Amino acid sequence: MFTIFGIPSAALFGQLLIGLINGSFYALLSLGLAVIFGMLNIINFAHGAQYMLGAVAAFLMLNFLGINYWAALILAPVIVGAIGIVIERTFLQWLYKLDHLYGLLLTFGLALIIEGVSRNYLGSAGLPYALPDSLRGGQNLGFMFLPNYRAWVIAVSLVICFGTWYAIERTRLGAYLRAATENPTLVRAFGINVPVMITLTYGFGVALAAFAGVMAAPIYNVSPQMGAELIIVVFAVVVIGGMGSILGAILTGFGLGVVEGLTKVFFPEASNTVIFVIMAIVLLVRPAGLFGRGT
Amino acid sequence: MQVVKRTFALAALTAALACGTAQAQQLNVKIGVLTDMSSLYADLAGPGSVEAVKLAVEDFNKTNPNVKVEIISADHQNKADIGTSVANQWLDRDGVDVIIDTPNSGVALAVNEVVRAKNKVFINSGAASSDLTGAKCSPNTVHWTYDTWMLANGTGKAIVKTGGDTWFFLTADYAFGHALERDTAAVVTANGGKVVGQVRHPLNSSDFSSFLLQAQSSKAKIIGLANAGGDTVNTIKQAAEFGIVAGGQSLAGLLVFASDVNALGLQAAQGLVLTNTFYWDANDQTRAWTQRWQKARPGKIPTMVQAGVYAGTLHYLKAVAALKSKDDGKAVVAEMKKLPTDDVLFGKGSIRADGRKIHPAYLYEVKKPSESKGPGDIYKLRATIPADEAFRPLKDGGCSLASG
Repeated sequence: MFTIFGIPSAALFGQLLIGLINGSFYALLSLGLAVIFGMLNIINFAHGAQYMLGAVAAFLMLNFLGINYWAALILAPVIVGAIGIVIERTFLQWLYKLDHLYGLLLTFGLALIIEGVSRNYLGSAGLPYALPDSLRGGQNLGFMFLPNYRAWVIAVSLVICFGTWYAIERTRLGAYLRAATENPTLVRAFGINVPVMITLTYGFGVALAAFAGVMAAPIYNVSPQMGAELIIVVFAVVVIGGMGSILGAILTGFGLGVVEGLTKVFFPEASNTVIFVIMAIVLLVRPAGLFGRGT
Repeated sequence: MQVVKRTFALAALTAALACGTAQAQQLNVKIGVLTDMSSLYADLAGPGSVEAVKLAVEDFNKTNPNVKVEIISADHQNKADIGTSVANQWLDRDGVDVIIDTPNSGVALAVNEVVRAKNKVFINSGAASSDLTGAKCSPNTVHWTYDTWMLANGTGKAIVKTGGDTWFFLTADYAFGHALERDTAAVVTANGGKVVGQVRHPLNSSDFSSFLLQAQSSKAKIIGLANAGGDTVNTIKQAAEFGIVAGGQSLAGLLVFASDVNALGLQAAQGLVLTNTFYWDANDQTRAWTQRWQKARPGKIPTMVQAGVYAGTLHYLKAVAALKSKDDGKAVVAEMKKLPTDDVLFGKGSIRADGRKIHPAYLYEVKKPSESKGPGDIYKLRATIPADEAFRPLKDGGCSLASG
């Protein structure tokens, strides 16, 4: 075994893989944020709370209704997405014409309410959620032990991320959606129901967050602050990638996961701040973000 | 007529005097519970600690109805600057006489200095750093429930003696983690073991896989977790996922609370060895107290921190009642040290010159799911560490109060 900068190569490759796994969570979450910002112009600060709601929904379903992980993977995003639609219809739809700041403040308030209520009912120590039986165990790759569940997380998030990117950038539906955000009046003239499309887009973005939440439940403890911890990092990812850029969100998500993983080997104390250092540098050099189209 | 008048005046005077003394006996005490209300330590302290203070006041007022106690609380958010500014405001402006609980050693060490400067009282239950009764000891502070030296000597010694002689530490990067790592490493080497490495992670991390991989590649027999609350819960959970225990290494949870075991579930936590000073299911008295506490916290299990908050508050109030004054913090703490402690949760004990409360500690093992009779039935007792061995000897702490 050889060493790189004094670190055994096995450990280094292990960290790279771990970075990719964490990156897949960043990518999934920042994807939802980018879709919502790109299509609705709303900075969805409630995204972390919606991610947490996905995990909590999975926990409640398992413990009170006996619904297992696989069913929760479908049902929780649907339920939380539906809640998202209600939020969009009752609150957000009035804000599209206003400054971004109003959407940010409203969703931030919602996030605080959702988290406060959950903390009141669930406590803060977290709730246990077991790994699904069929994904227990792992593979010995020689340089590290890869838990099956983590491999599953990478695979699923890759599929979801690139599926979403494809749907928005390469299909007819995606073209309508992009056109509707540019010029809603014209698109409506073609007989397309723009408000419904926007509502469904928000619902989809929220469902993506909830999906990531269910994926996270067996790894982290289901706790009310799990979203608040992650959301700041995810916002940094979106900003670095370029606000609203789908591909930027995905690639930066994976990339920053890797950078963070490597920081944990060389200088663990800085692992919580490295992403923000990168964000500061990127904003100085390229204010629109790495993949941003400029504003 | 003259006689009647004189008697009347005398009676009035006596009544006035009596009234005056009655007023002097009426004492108002204000307690500030400074704790973590919303983050990773909120379940092991937080609202449950406030409830414990309420129970202590209730019990104290049964025998001392003339002491009126007011309780306020605040969230220090695990930040030393916030903790310090709340403490300053409480002591300067709001008339708080005693600050109680304060999990998070970083915050506790800062508050320790504020309270000393303003000559009030600090009863710490939540923070672990043994420096509170060592290098940073104060005549205004009582450290009630547990500390890092006790944890290191309970869990650490037990594990080294059963063959776990090489250690790798996974440490929370702040005062508490450093103190716990230092105290445990000392115990490990003193008992013939060896520390092969350590990694320090930021407080309140959610992903520990990178750190666990480093621990795994160190090939140490024991991975010592010098962290607490949500950090410990996530580490143990993710260690199981990475097959660390299955691969032959063992985890030593150096600080594990009942609320953590509850959050992990017995499936993931079974077999963990831990040191504690209070278990709700220990005897009839602790069970009865827990029932009262659970009226406000249904479905929760009280931790040793919350138990310590109850006992500490009760003893403080007894000292104030004995002194009939609460204004001189040093005098109140001196009185607390003079009076023997006695409460339903910790039994009889005492407070040492350095501010260390002395009571036995217990080595528990987390039950297997098959052994547990229901929710809350989580520990079996492996050993009792007698009070005179549970805590660091007075002379070893380097506390200035101990020599004089």
